[in-house]
Amino acid sequence: MRRWLSQHRAALALALRRLFGAPLNTLLSLLAIGIALTLPAFGYVALDNLREVGRSASGVQQLSLFMDVGASKKDVSEIETRLQSMPGLRNVFVPRDEALKRLQKSQEMAEIVASLPRNPLPDAFIVEPADVSPAALENLRQELSSWPKVAHVQLDSAWVKRFDAFLRLGKLALMMLAGLFAAGLIAVTFNTIRLQVMAQASEIEVARMIGATDAFIRRPFYYFGALQGALGGIVASGLVFAALHLLAGPVGELSTLYGASFALHAPGALEIAALCAAGAILGWLGAQLSVSLSLRRFD
Amino acid sequence: MIVANSLTKRYPGGFEALAGVSFEIRAGEMILVTGHSGAGKTTLVKLIASIERPTSGSLVVNGQNLSALRRSAIPYVRRHFGMIFQDQKLLFDRTTLDNVMLPLQIAGLPHRDAVRRAQAALDKVGLLAREKANPIALSGGEQQRLAIARAVVNRPTVLLADEPTANLDHESAHDIRSLFAEFHRVGVTIVVATHDQSWIELCHGNTLRLDHGRLA
Repeated sequence: MRRWLSQHRAALALALRRLFGAPLNTLLSLLAIGIALTLPAFGYVALDNLREVGRSASGVQQLSLFMDVGASKKDVSEIETRLQSMPGLRNVFVPRDEALKRLQKSQEMAEIVASLPRNPLPDAFIVEPADVSPAALENLRQELSSWPKVAHVQLDSAWVKRFDAFLRLGKLALMMLAGLFAAGLIAVTFNTIRLQVMAQASEIEVARMIGATDAFIRRPFYYFGALQGALGGIVASGLVFAALHLLAGPVGELSTLYGASFALHAPGALEIAALCAAGAILGWLGAQLSVSLSLRRFD
Repeated sequence: MIVANSLTKRYPGGFEALAGVSFEIRAGEMILVTGHSGAGKTTLVKLIASIERPTSGSLVVNGQNLSALRRSAIPYVRRHFGMIFQDQKLLFDRTTLDNVMLPLQIAGLPHRDAVRRAQAALDKVGLLAREKANPIALSGGEQQRLAIARAVVNRPTVLLADEPTANLDHESAHDIRSLFAEFHRVGVTIVVATHDQSWIELCHGNTLRLDHGRLA
């Protein structure tokens, strides 16, 4: 175990020496990897923020429950009790007279309402559930529709569904983009390691002749690839933070124009760690491919 | 210790570097492998060091048949040998000390122990004062002594050398011969491929003479 640790420490030290031994090359590789990781990372942050916009948009994720025109006060009271007993629901009762008054305030409808012999509107409830996923909203709509004396439950779901579809499309595009840039990152690492193997040819040859195993020779290159990928992740995080900082002002102004207060939220420590880990894994993969192919000529 | 039986090495293209060579070298012996250029000296040393594999025949070192080794076992077998190459094969992007430490790192020795042993080996060949120097700054004789320090640092049971005194002046060659004599005195088995006539005369017949791949 001590020997194993000692060999890994030596390999890590060698990888670090190679990484910082050619600062310009390292800087250029880190920039290439950083940019390759930035685009999908920024896309992820943007989608996350959009999802937040969807969640916080008021008045969108609500259902309108219309009672039968002939429903009695007892029926209405019973529905209200049922709604209040359901967890994660908020409801506002809109009496039919109140609904008529609101309709009369509308310029286009005022004349029509005035010509009606009696109030045709039913009592209604505005229901705001906590879970606003399209599936949960649809389930709730179906349940409320089955209650007695409920004439109709209207879900303003078109917008929610469209938004959800947009997010799903964005997620898919992001995954394709991430796959593309992951391949780019692997290619960058592959080439860097290939050049390193060529530069270290004499060292590899000597090491083999005096008893180095394949694992001993490969290890520093794996560490190099993983370190380069992880550092690329840090560069990408920095670029994402910089982009969010630049966008924060214009996004704030835009949300104010829509009467909302929305601020972009930056990735957390866990997300940054995941980005670095993804970079490290892809770097390691690129190194493994490159070393496997490049070392064949030493066999 | 080293037993070769009908050892043959044929390279792609049909060139036969060794043709049915048989010999036995006992533990603690020092043997010079002599012969003209192309006689098969370097090939024999490479076969003993498991750098190359025989085409046919058997080669047994310390009771292990090298001809039948699995590929994955070869690196571990090589660690039992100290190898000195004709062109030294030093690493010029590392210090003298780092060059000597390489076999110890391969063997997985902890860093501190590796440094201590590498310094002791450098001291043995008279290069401790140059431990931080780059090998390119050393003279030809010093580079050869550095190669010897790297070969012996892992305390090998067999020391193999390919023309270690070639291209050295008389004094440096004498230093190298003296070092080999010291290792021989402490019981290390030594096989040296050489055409150094002074050394051959000093060795009092402990030679294997090769001629066109056969023992002469």
